[in-house]
Amino acid sequence: MSSQDGQAVPPKALTGLGGFLDDRFRGARGVRTFFKKIFPDHWTFLLGEIALYSFIILLLTGTFLALFFKPSMTDVIYHGTYTRLDGVRMSEAYASTLNISFDVRGGLLMRQIHHWAADLFMAAIFAHMLRIFFTGAYRKPRDVNWLIGIVLLTLGMLEGLFGYSLPDDLLSGTGLRILEGVILGIPIVGTYLSFFLFGGQFPGNDIIPRLYVIHVLLIPGLILGLIAAHLFIMFHQKHTQMPGKGRTEKNVVGAPMYPYFMAKTGAFFFFVFGVLALLSTVAQINPIWLYGPYNPVSISAGSQPDFYMGFLEGTLRISPSWTWDLAGHTVAWNVLFPALVPLGLLLTGAALWPFIERWATGDYAEHNVNDRPRNAPTRTAIGVAAVAFYSIMLLEGANDLIADHLDIPLYTITWIARFAVFLGPALAYFLTKRICLGLQRKDRDLLEHGLETGIIRQMPDGEFVEIHRPVSEEKRAVLLSKKEPVALPAPGAADENDIPAPATRGLAGKLRATANRVITESVPLTGGNGHGNGHGNGHGGSHGDEAERAAVGAPHSPVADGDVAAPGTVARDNGQQSGDAGS
Amino acid sequence: MSWITARRRHRASGYAVVLLGLAAIAVMYASVTGQGSQAAASAPSVSGQSIAEGKFLFSQDCSSCHGLEAQGTSLAPSLIGAGAAAVDFQMSTGRMPAKEPGAEMDRRPDVFSQKQIYEIASYIGSLGGGPAIPDAAQVSSSGANVGLGQELFAANCAACHSIDGAGGALTYGKYAPALSQATPTQIYEAMQTGPEAMPVFDDGAVTPSEKRDIIAYVTGTRSEPNPGGFSLGRIGPVTEGIVAWIGGIGLLVLAAMWITAKRREEA
Ligand code: HEC
Ligand code: HEC
Ligand code: HEM
Repeated sequence: MSSQDGQAVPPKALTGLGGFLDDRFRGARGVRTFFKKIFPDHWTFLLGEIALYSFIILLLTGTFLALFFKPSMTDVIYHGTYTRLDGVRMSEAYASTLNISFDVRGGLLMRQIHHWAADLFMAAIFAHMLRIFFTGAYRKPRDVNWLIGIVLLTLGMLEGLFGYSLPDDLLSGTGLRILEGVILGIPIVGTYLSFFLFGGQFPGNDIIPRLYVIHVLLIPGLILGLIAAHLFIMFHQKHTQMPGKGRTEKNVVGAPMYPYFMAKTGAFFFFVFGVLALLSTVAQINPIWLYGPYNPVSISAGSQPDFYMGFLEGTLRISPSWTWDLAGHTVAWNVLFPALVPLGLLLTGAALWPFIERWATGDYAEHNVNDRPRNAPTRTAIGVAAVAFYSIMLLEGANDLIADHLDIPLYTITWIARFAVFLGPALAYFLTKRICLGLQRKDRDLLEHGLETGIIRQMPDGEFVEIHRPVSEEKRAVLLSKKEPVALPAPGAADENDIPAPATRGLAGKLRATANRVITESVPLTGGNGHGNGHGNGHGGSHGDEAERAAVGAPHSPVADGDVAAPGTVARDNGQQSGDAGS
Repeated sequence: MSWITARRRHRASGYAVVLLGLAAIAVMYASVTGQGSQAAASAPSVSGQSIAEGKFLFSQDCSSCHGLEAQGTSLAPSLIGAGAAAVDFQMSTGRMPAKEPGAEMDRRPDVFSQKQIYEIASYIGSLGGGPAIPDAAQVSSSGANVGLGQELFAANCAACHSIDGAGGALTYGKYAPALSQATPTQIYEAMQTGPEAMPVFDDGAVTPSEKRDIIAYVTGTRSEPNPGGFSLGRIGPVTEGIVAWIGGIGLLVLAAMWITAKRREEA
């Protein structure tokens, strides 16, 4: 712990209580460590907290709803307060949701908070996950927590889908109909599985009670357990931190748990709750009374799932109608493929990525200081490509609304999406990588020459030069946080004994060497004021500083695309760098 | 983010956060549904005089496309047997006289007086029957069964117009319009005549009393208040998702920046 400052003394009441508890349970040491726990001060570290607090609010509001909700598909004829549906035949589930909305005091508010919290929960998980990915915070030793996070994301999607299905309105029934379609699409066993899940022909009388148990018991239980594990591991391993002055692999700079972080995070809980309460009082969500009860013969234009399922809606809408006929069995690729493959690719890809990256970089070290996204161009580019892929599918999932509101023919959108889904991510990858390398180049110049001041001075020999001011120490530490990737030996390259290194042999070796070449692409920083390297090859034009006097003639270091940054070209000898790669 | 780092400790930053938050909420104001007029028309009296007037108007404004005897041309279909209801629907919604043929005629402000419309309608009606313009009692919502109207609308109309009448896209650039403006008479006539891609719901498919139920449902839905707050356009989870990201995550990120920016004084 580097932060010895600010050892606040807890108030008497608290120490008194602590003493009481300690005498009985001997917990003081643990509590003291807990109080002294250091939390980094950076807003992105609060994204996960949004998800945590939304989940707590989901538990509370969900329990309230469960007091009044009747998970039953028994038909009733409605004669309640909402007269516009008077005399309509509906399930008890739907009738009780109407009841919650119009008769239970505060019921509509609770329903709306529950639903907004569900949306916020999922949005926060996505945002949190992107932060972890782009800063490389998932690297060893936090790869296990990364995997837990992916399971949590998946469970959250399922939990939301099932909750959305409970009220048994026209939209939720449509969602279940799609679920049924996907299950039916499974070759050979599909029909049996569907009958098993729905207790007979769709929709049957069983599905809502079953989803209910899963929604209020099974999945929340799993999520709760996983969140506990997630937090415990995080606590044990300590937070990562953003690079900066005095931040090393071995310390965490920030505020101690007590009182600073506790105050902040406590306040933040109320922010989350406040925003949810605000949204739920001003913005109507899922007005099931407008949708009417589910009826298998009806469907509404503009039927959409919640946004976290919108990706799957998009993959379904984009899919060409491919089916196979195999020995009397239909293989419905048109639903199976979109339901399983794209999301499967994203989730599996995300789960494997830390291990792929490790394999490709050969970097097995622990990392506690985060990367700036630009300093891992390939990772950042892959991430942006994945986001592009996801977003295009999400938009395609709303293709009918886009068609209607922007006056573009429906099929035109689908065809654009069919191309964009391949071209978009490729373009995103390419552009992001170039931008990252460009930013690295900018960083190097900042470090070498300092900031341009705009002041031009004439030298005695008549030459004009621009005055540069060195960057601040804080900024310098951030710039120097970059760790140069280490290139693996080229395929077939011989080691000192003239034997090709084992890691480079065979197909796997070649693959790895190629992956390594891509992933280690980088613009090396040169140390201190050495003016070590020239202005790159072919990219130097970006300087545009004729007036500047650069020491020329220094060895050329590889900068260009596809070049391998050879190990050891980087000398950071100024003692400022924040930590060692290994530990 | 460095510009935020630089400015977040500024005295005004708290206000800026609040302002930005309010701006985010303003997004929710963005979509407000329109309300239609509900005036029910009374059916015109048909006289020889008005038929002659109608024929004259038709030859002036419609015959270039529909032919002098309304027999149809390569540009537009025959109107013989289309009925007075079709003319009243097409003209009172401003679709006819068409400006130029497109994927679909949009609803526009009508350019003819109700009297002129009735005259042309009488003329077309005299050519070969077809559905007549409904009278006020046929389109009245009083005593109608809204619940049944909901079920009928869900089964017959929601697939194109969406269950809350927000409208929706059809294939090849066609669309089913939002039912936010159609008068009860126009709703009735739309069912009777099936304009463009819309099917005809004649009295055999949807009985006259069921038509009144549907009308009551459509007009009731659009004038129904939103007990939960702003409607977000009543187009379902898409706008809800946008609001969750902008209003929810957006506001909370601002709050997070604000909270973490207030670093305690270094000892
Ligand atoms: C620019 C050409 C054009 C003009 C002028 C025009 N129409 Fe049309 N009209 C069309 C076309 C094309 C259609 C078929 C497309 C459609 O149904 O909307 C049509 C359809 C109609 C229909 C619906 C036919 C049906 O079977 O339901 C009616 C009624 C009609 N027109 C009446 C009129 C009247 C009355 C006028 C004059 C006030 C008029 N039109 C002027 C082109 C025109
Ligand atoms: C196959 C899709 C489809 C179905 C089903 C359908 N409509 Fe339509 N409806 C349309 C289209 C397309 C138009 C636009 C016609 C035009 O522009 O000429 C339309 C127009 C209308 C209009 C005129 C709206 C305006 O503002 O001008 C009304 C009212 C209407 N429909 C009511 C209904 C009712 C009531 C039902 C159910 C009984 C129904 N529609 C069923 C496609 C449909
Ligand atoms: C990650 C956690 C959860 C998510 C994402 C989630 C999501 C949802 C959603 C989207 C709905 C539909 C709400 C609507 O009608 O608009 C719903 C309904 C419901 N949820 Fe949850 N929920 C979660 C946890 C819980 C818990 C823990 C409980 C109970 C203890 C619960 C109980 C209910 C009940 C009873 C309903 C149906 C009532 C209604 O629809 O109004 N939920 N849930």
